[in-house]
Amino acid sequence: MQMEDNKQYQLRLEDIHLSFGGLQALNGVSTGVRKGEIFSIIGPNGAGKTCLLNCINRFYHPEKGSVILEGRDISRIKPHKIAALGIARTFQNVELFGHMSVLDNIKLGAHVHLKSGSLSGGIYYGKSRREEIDLRSHIEAKIVDLLEIEHIRKSVVHSLPYGLQKRVELARALAMRPRILLLDEPATGMNLEETEDMARFILDINEEWGVTIVLIEHDMGVVMDISDRICVLDFGQKIAEGKPDEIRHNEQVIKAYLGEEDITYSRLGA
Amino acid sequence: MDILIQVIITGLATGGVYGLIALGFVLIYKATSVLNLAMGEFMTLGAFICMTFLLQLNSPFYLAFILTLLTACVLGFVIERIILRPLIGEPIISVIMVTIGLGLILKGLMYMIWTPTFRTFPEIFPPKPLLLGFAVVPSGLFWGFIFAIIATAVFLVIFKYSRTGVAMRATANDQQAALSMGISVRWIFALAWCFGAMASVIGGIVIGNISGISVYMGDVGLKVLAVIILGGLDSIGGAILGGLIIGVLENLTGLYIDPLIGGGAKGIAPFFVLVIILMVRPYGLFGKELIERV
Repeated sequence: MQMEDNKQYQLRLEDIHLSFGGLQALNGVSTGVRKGEIFSIIGPNGAGKTCLLNCINRFYHPEKGSVILEGRDISRIKPHKIAALGIARTFQNVELFGHMSVLDNIKLGAHVHLKSGSLSGGIYYGKSRREEIDLRSHIEAKIVDLLEIEHIRKSVVHSLPYGLQKRVELARALAMRPRILLLDEPATGMNLEETEDMARFILDINEEWGVTIVLIEHDMGVVMDISDRICVLDFGQKIAEGKPDEIRHNEQVIKAYLGEEDITYSRLGA
Repeated sequence: MDILIQVIITGLATGGVYGLIALGFVLIYKATSVLNLAMGEFMTLGAFICMTFLLQLNSPFYLAFILTLLTACVLGFVIERIILRPLIGEPIISVIMVTIGLGLILKGLMYMIWTPTFRTFPEIFPPKPLLLGFAVVPSGLFWGFIFAIIATAVFLVIFKYSRTGVAMRATANDQQAALSMGISVRWIFALAWCFGAMASVIGGIVIGNISGISVYMGDVGLKVLAVIILGGLDSIGGAILGGLIIGVLENLTGLYIDPLIGGGAKGIAPFFVLVIILMVRPYGLFGKELIERV
């Protein structure tokens, strides 16, 4: 069963352990993401969701365990090389280049695909470079179109409202032409309408662009609506994994979210 | 009137050189958040190395200049790699203390290699003073200014328009995001040190040419500290403008205040500005005003 399963997973996490001092942030998490699906990671605050994303894109270095992308172990690769492997991400708190324009931010996403030497960039205009630029502007236009940010293309990012900044961040990640997109709470701090837009964008990206999506989100409505599968973490451990319906009725998940008397007490250290 | 214009032009010329060295400070600070207090020593070292190439190896100036730049580049890389990189993640104050130590070590080394004697720089610019309208500009100052302006412009163009420059700006702005875009933050840190060292070395050659070289030349580095505090630690435009302001101010103080109090004011004018700026506008004229949101 293992072999067969391994093959269909595009991204596989095996027995990830991560700790900060005495705090065990991730304790032997194993899971896998299938190609083309929307895979959500949920769990109460401090469950280790963002840590897991940080392990995937190599911001954190797990003490034990491996991250396997399409059959290749990437857990020893340098963090800046992850982008070139086709993994892009957005952040929980927006991490944009604040003083640059929206378009410049998106262009920076395409940085990883420019192959000319670092000092020659912007000086040499050969034919291949021309084509590269055409391709890029085509993609940029498509992204701007998809995420409906045409009207703010030229604005400086830090002047934009939060909801739009989140969209720009998504656009920048898309400009990297990723195969896997890691989204860390894309709908946080948004109103209902913005949240619905965001959910629609995620579905579009997944369906039209065929991008595999790993999503962390607290808005259960969004998660249950758009996810193909859900993985639930609690205190650094995986407590459930399955289709939205299975998760919805999983007792352990309900316990983790709603709390149970004796569990609540043991958490308090009694 | 004539003397005023004369003094202002001299001030602008000195200020241009300050601006260039300040640019070196700012490049390093922006990318790595380290205030490199060994900048003055980088400068002196550059002047000494260039002089050695000129005198010992009899190389023509352009060659000596390029070789000095290359040396600075290597020096920047090496220092970043073996001294600064292991300190990533340490409190910023320790890193700054380390740069002070680095400055002292460099100073000691220069003491040992070149001895503390004061020397004049071999003549590299045509010695004839220039007449600009009714002001006379000593040739060293004039050519030094031209040099500083060209170097500053080159650094600015790289920083603004080249891909490396964009990556540097991105890193300065948000390291996490830059990393996730596939920018190697370590490489950018190394580059920043390399650019910073090159800028200060050019400054050193120019200043050495104007006022001679000695191990103590690096004290100008302190004056440049006043420049970047005035302009704003993280503002490149601020560094250049701050340089010009301090240069002119220093020379005006020398003209008007020195005779009144019997001299000495010129030397402390930049630090006077430093203290006032820190009191009324700690982030400088163009620096980013940090508002911490929790």
